[in-house]
This record gives sequence, structure tokens and C-alpha cells, in this order.
Amino acid sequence: MSAVTAPAPAAAPTSAVLPPISLKASIAYGVGALAGLVLLGLVGPNGRTSGFAVSTRTDALQIPVFHVPSKISAALLCLVALALAYLHYRATVSRRRPSPWIAPGYGVSMVLAFLIWAVAGKDTVLPLTGLLAGSLFLALPLVFGALSGLLCERSGVINIAIEGQLLFGAFLAAVVATLTKNAYFGLVAAPVAGVLVASLLVLFAVKYHVDQIIVGVVLNVLVIGLTSYLFSTVLKLNASTWNSPPGLPVLPIPVLSEIPVIGPVLFRQTALVYLMYVVVAVLQVMVFRSRWGLRLRSVGEHPKAADTVGIKVNRTRVRAVLLGGAVAGLGGAFYTVGNSLAFGKEMTNGGGYIALAAMILGRWRPKGALAAALLFGFANSLQQQLNIIGTAVPSQIMLMTPYLVTIFAVAGIVGKVRAPASEGIPYVK
Amino acid sequence: MTSTSSTGGTDAGQAPADQVDAAPPTSNGAPGASRWREVALEIATGSAGVTVLAIVLALLFGGVLIAAADPAVQSAAGYFFARPLDLFSAVWQAVSQAYAALFSGAVYDVQAESFARGIKSLTETLTVATPLILAGLGLGIGFRSSLFNIGAQGQVVLGAVFAGYIGFAFNLPAPLHLLLAVLGGAIGGGLWASIAGVLKARTGANEVIVTIMLNNIAVYLIAYLLSLHAWQRPGSNNPQSPALHGSAMFPLLAGERYRLHAGFLLAIVACVVVWWLMERSTLGFQFRAVGANPEAARTAGISVERVTVWVMLVAGMLAGLAGAAQILGTEGGSGLTGGIAGTVGIDAITVALLGRSKPLGIFFSGLLFGALRAGGVVMQARTGTPIDLVLVVQSLIVLFIAAPPLVRAVFRLPAPGSRKAAVDVPAALTAKEVRA
Repeated sequence: MSAVTAPAPAAAPTSAVLPPISLKASIAYGVGALAGLVLLGLVGPNGRTSGFAVSTRTDALQIPVFHVPSKISAALLCLVALALAYLHYRATVSRRRPSPWIAPGYGVSMVLAFLIWAVAGKDTVLPLTGLLAGSLFLALPLVFGALSGLLCERSGVINIAIEGQLLFGAFLAAVVATLTKNAYFGLVAAPVAGVLVASLLVLFAVKYHVDQIIVGVVLNVLVIGLTSYLFSTVLKLNASTWNSPPGLPVLPIPVLSEIPVIGPVLFRQTALVYLMYVVVAVLQVMVFRSRWGLRLRSVGEHPKAADTVGIKVNRTRVRAVLLGGAVAGLGGAFYTVGNSLAFGKEMTNGGGYIALAAMILGRWRPKGALAAALLFGFANSLQQQLNIIGTAVPSQIMLMTPYLVTIFAVAGIVGKVRAPASEGIPYVK
Repeated sequence: MTSTSSTGGTDAGQAPADQVDAAPPTSNGAPGASRWREVALEIATGSAGVTVLAIVLALLFGGVLIAAADPAVQSAAGYFFARPLDLFSAVWQAVSQAYAALFSGAVYDVQAESFARGIKSLTETLTVATPLILAGLGLGIGFRSSLFNIGAQGQVVLGAVFAGYIGFAFNLPAPLHLLLAVLGGAIGGGLWASIAGVLKARTGANEVIVTIMLNNIAVYLIAYLLSLHAWQRPGSNNPQSPALHGSAMFPLLAGERYRLHAGFLLAIVACVVVWWLMERSTLGFQFRAVGANPEAARTAGISVERVTVWVMLVAGMLAGLAGAAQILGTEGGSGLTGGIAGTVGIDAITVALLGRSKPLGIFFSGLLFGALRAGGVVMQARTGTPIDLVLVVQSLIVLFIAAPPLVRAVFRLPAPGSRKAAVDVPAALTAKEVRA
């Protein structure tokens, strides 16, 4: 998660009126930590332990399962969170910018406290490595989707059609991989599908100036209808020739994949995951450090000024949207070849909308989008693991949390976000 | 075709305005024949014409899909150069049968042995259209106030939850029970929507994101509620609530044999009320003022924040009524389930867009999409063409209508007078110039 910004620090000591101090964030932190302390650390039976497993079965270096006393550890972690909330408060009242480590530190301690509480007294242990690897895995389509949205919105085009691009990517990847009997061809086909959807978005949004949100929503419906139709008429009837894609093989990176915890999580993955590392890194540099990125952002912020200095506004937008479509389509490959699953009706299940939220949470930055997508991935992965272990929290409530977090984030409680100034407005010379 | 006839009416409301605009162009003293030609062109290129052409185009594209998936067409295509006519007849067979089945399911079943059985299709269309019209009205109000509320789905769910709970948990005399349940539905949807409204007004949170998130939360909320003991049907393991009491159900309009219920009348009343609200009331004027230009509205002394909350509240109440119509009319016997809202909330977006956010337009576009839905079920049963085709046709209609120049280009029609071209695109469909 990106850092929480306090009210802007005083611009100059000489200015007579300082902006009012907002303690909303500090109070929210404190209340959360206190509630955690009471619910997770103080209430509940004594003498329980919580078990965690770190190593996977195939690791060269085995770390044994460890147990911690539940109530004490959860309470301690909540106290740490409370201390961080106090630090945040101190920084806010003295008009300093709170340390960027407060928010992630707070999040990690609260989540750990929750985990300890959730598995307290259970016979089964929580596989930490599996939890993290699952988070990364489930975050994949969201990362690609969020990057796609970012590319489009930085250029001034709102891309609600991420969902459709993911879905069509998944569809084409499955079909091509099945026909060629090679998962990597599916990986090549997926971006093509994304570009196809994006070109419709370009046609209507840039050429005909139709409201971009409307085009996006309608394109999603169109892709759902089209893929479901083809699924029912072609794919389902003859699944072995059309819809039994081989999965991408896991490619462990030598040496790196043997590091405990980090290895299995980061370096024992499929090519799609390694591709994701590359795309995030490249976009982070290109969007903010290259001429191309500067032009892209200028078109999204102030197209008239960009046009005045000779940047072709609509051409830049078209290219950005098509590139975004390719990125989202690639993410769609996750659902089928990335997962060794056959294509199913509406299998993306709203992932595109979550990706959109991840982009906003990540403040239109690749790094931020990655972090936000990982957060969603973690919530999903945690829900899956806890479903297996069984806890007191109903699974429906667990499933709700990422959406609740997004609403809080968008409502500015986690920090103000600002969209590119000209997004959603077609440029007419 | 059913679609053309019903949308002919769709534009009845807007036609007069267009006709007034259309009057001057023949001022160049053209003789009668070319004048007729011009009038014909005017009709074809005006908004009514574009609507009809868009529907034709979407159905043509749907026909291509039907033909492509048909085994007879596929085999005939294999020997196209030997006997090309085979392919054409196979295509004609497949497409005409599918669309005939669609018509049978939507308007009048020609295969039925009695009139009473044949007309069942039309009552099905009206039944399916009811929630679409109600939710579409709500979304239309939002679009006209430049609030992009994608959250009808969640609001429909919440409306159904409130109305359903009142329907099965309480025992009340008949008219009162129904009234309370309907009111509860409206309040449920309204409350859910105003979360987004309040957040938008107080913090500027983007309503698109918030309403999408609220849709997802609603899905899990209803799943959670149905897992609670108080909401479970006795003796059932499925997530399903008890059946609703008869006193809370909408009375059937055409007897036991049809599903058509009084919710349809509610939808008609809602159309009139929304028309009055938007065109005749002060509140509606403020809605439209904020939609047209929030800055100007603010300067004129309208509280944009207050209007935002009101718009979402009213829109949510209408969507909640759609949920009430689902549970108190169509689905009441089987109780509340996770799938109670179906895809009403998503379909309603296309309904509102096709209806250009005006009550009369939404009424007829709701009927059209209701007909497509009801007909799609029969089409799937009789010819095996999946109902998903309806989604494709629906979305294409909206896309084409949103881009009149594209439709004109396809049919090689000239653009209407340049002055009109700007007016042509409905306000809700063109991107807003001013965005907060």
C-alpha cells in the first residue's frame, strides 16, 4: 500500500494561515488498533496456540512448523499497531509528513494479529508461503488490468472495458492454446484479443466521441454475450478440440527459487508472472522517465497544450488504448492457460472492475497498481486458505472486504487521489 | 418484426421536436419529388431513423452469429463453390427459424393452438420488462444529472432483500402488506444508492467505482443473509428464503395462467411520476441543471452536493422498486435467492441508454429488451440458439445508437443538416464537457 498522506505540510513558515490539521486518518488508525486489541487479543479463551508453516514440501532447506501463543501475540501485534497510530498522530499534529512505513507496518501487524486469531486453537497450520504465493497468483490479472487502465487513463481515455478485454483474452488464449496444443501460443493470442476490444473502444470513444464510460460498459456486455454465445455453440459441444488448453508450466529460476519463503513465492512461477514483473518495471520507468511517457501524460492532463507543441493528441490516445488493450488481454490469459483451466462463461467474474479500483488505489502509478492488486490478491488468497481451515468469520464477509477497502480508499480515507485532468473528455480540435 | 414496431413508438416522444427542426431544410424551392426524397432522408437520418437502423444492424449481426454457429450452414459452407445456393438457403433457414422463435416468444406464439396460449408470449414480455423499466428509469435520472450510476444491480438486490423480508417475515392484511413491502423495496434500494451519493457529495468519491463496489458487496450481503437461520426456508439446504405470504404479492393482472402482475402498472405509474419529476418539478429542474452544468448550477444557488444525494436516492428507490417487482411479482413463490436480481441491473443500463434517459423512451426500450429476453428463452428452447445472443444484440443496438455517424456510414446516408448533427446525439451519450 502506498503511504498515507497527511494534510500538506506548511508551505512556508511566514504564511499567516495554516491549513487545519485533519486527524481523521490518525483517529481511524487508533480506533482500528484498539478494536483489534479488544477483539483479537483480550476476548476469547486462554491457552491457545496458532500454528504456521513456512516451508513447502519441495524446499531444499526445511524450516519446521512453529506455534505461537495466540492471545499474547495478537495483543502484542495490536499494541505495535497502536504505537504506529500514535506516531502518525504525533507527525500530524506537528505538521510533519508521517513516515511512509507507518501504513504498511500498521497493515502487516493488524493482518498478522488477525491471522493468529483466525487459526488459534486449530489443528491445521496456516501455510504462510502458500498464502503469499496465492496472493501473487490471484493478483496477476488485476495487475495487468490495472496497468491497462493506467495506460488508457494517463492518455485521457477511461477504460471500463478492462473486464471485456480480460474475458476476451481468456477466451482467445484458451482456443488458440487448445488448437495449437501449446500454452505459449495462447499467451501470444491473448493480447491480440485485448487489442480487438480496445480498437472498438477507440473507434467509439476517440473517433465518434461517445461517452467513454458508456462504451466501456456496453463493450463488456458485448464481450460477455459474444464469448458466452460462442462457448455454448462451439466450445461446449466439442471441448476436446476447442476448449482444453494446456497450462503454462511452472519455471523455477535456479538458485533464486531455493530461498526460503521468497523463492517459492516469487521465483517458482509461470512465464506469465515473470512477464508481469517486466511489464510493471518497464511501465514504471517509461511512464515517468521517458519522452513517450511525458507525451502520454501531457495528452491526458492538458491535450490542448500538448497539441500546441505538436503532439498528435488523438494518435497518442489511440496507441495508448491499443497498448492498454494488449496488456489487459495478456492478463486475461491468466484465467485459462495461466491456470490450466478451460474457458467458462463470464469466468473473469468482475476482475476487470477490481482492476479498475486497484488502478485508482494505486494512484495511476504502476508500482501503486501492483501494490493495490497484491492487496486484493492477498484478501482472496486469505479467504481461500481460511475457508479450508475454517474460522468464525463468515466467508461472505471475508469476500466483501476488498470492496469495502476500495470504497474507503476512493472516499479519501486512505488518502486523496487525483485522476488525470482530461480523462473522459474527447479531444476535438 | 416486433422490435421495429415498438421502437417506432419509442421515438414518438422525440419526433415532434425533430420534425420542427426538420421543417426548414426544404427552403430551396425544390419540386415535390425531391422534397419527398428529402423528407425520407430526414426520417432515415434523424434520431428515430438511426434507432430503427441500429436495431436492424444489430439483428443482422446477430444473424451472422446464428448462421456461423449452425451445423447445416457450416457443412454447406464446406462445398460453397460446388453449390453456393445451398449455403444461402441454409443461412436463411437457420436465421429465419431463430428469429421466428424469438418473435414467438416475445409477441405471439404462432404455434400455439389457442389464442390464450399464443398471447402468453406478450404477457411474458411485459413481465420481464417491468423491472427493466423501473431500474432503467432510475439510471436515466442519474444520467441526466450527469451521475454515472452503474449500481442498479446492487440497488435491485437490496430492494428485493427489503421487500422480500417484509414479505415473508410479517403477517399483515393484504393491501397493507403489499404496500409496506413495496415501500420497503424502495427504501432498501434508496439507502444503498445514497451511500454512493453521500460519499460523492462529501468526499468526491467517484460514483462509478463506488457503485460497482456496492454491487459486489450486495452479492455477498444477500449470500450472507441467506445463510442466516432467520432467512432460511425450513427444510431446505439451499440458500433460499421462505416463500412470501400471498398478502404481500402483487395481484396477477390476467389470471392464474399468466405471470403478468400489477408491478407492470407500477412501472407505468413510475414513468409518469418520473416524467413529472424531471420536467415539471423544482427538484427535477435542479437535477437537470446540475447535469447540464454543475458550475452554472452552483452559481445559480443550487447545492450540487444536495442534488447529488437526492439523485442517487431517487434513482436507488426506483431500482429498489425493480427489486420489489422481481420478488413480489415474478419470483415470490420461490422466495429470495442469490440470483433474484438476475442481470436486471446491467440490462437496465442499456435500457436507459437506448431510451435516451427519458421516461417514454425507457418505457419502450424496456419493452424491446423485455421482448428480446422473453423471446430469447423460447429461441433457446426451440432452435438451440443460446440466449446469450440477446446480450450481443442488445449491446450492439446501444453502441450503434450512441454513434449515429457510424450507422449513417454503414447505410451510406448523408449527415443531416450540420446544425442538427450537434443536437442529434442525446445529451446523456455525448461525453460531458465539464467534469468535476
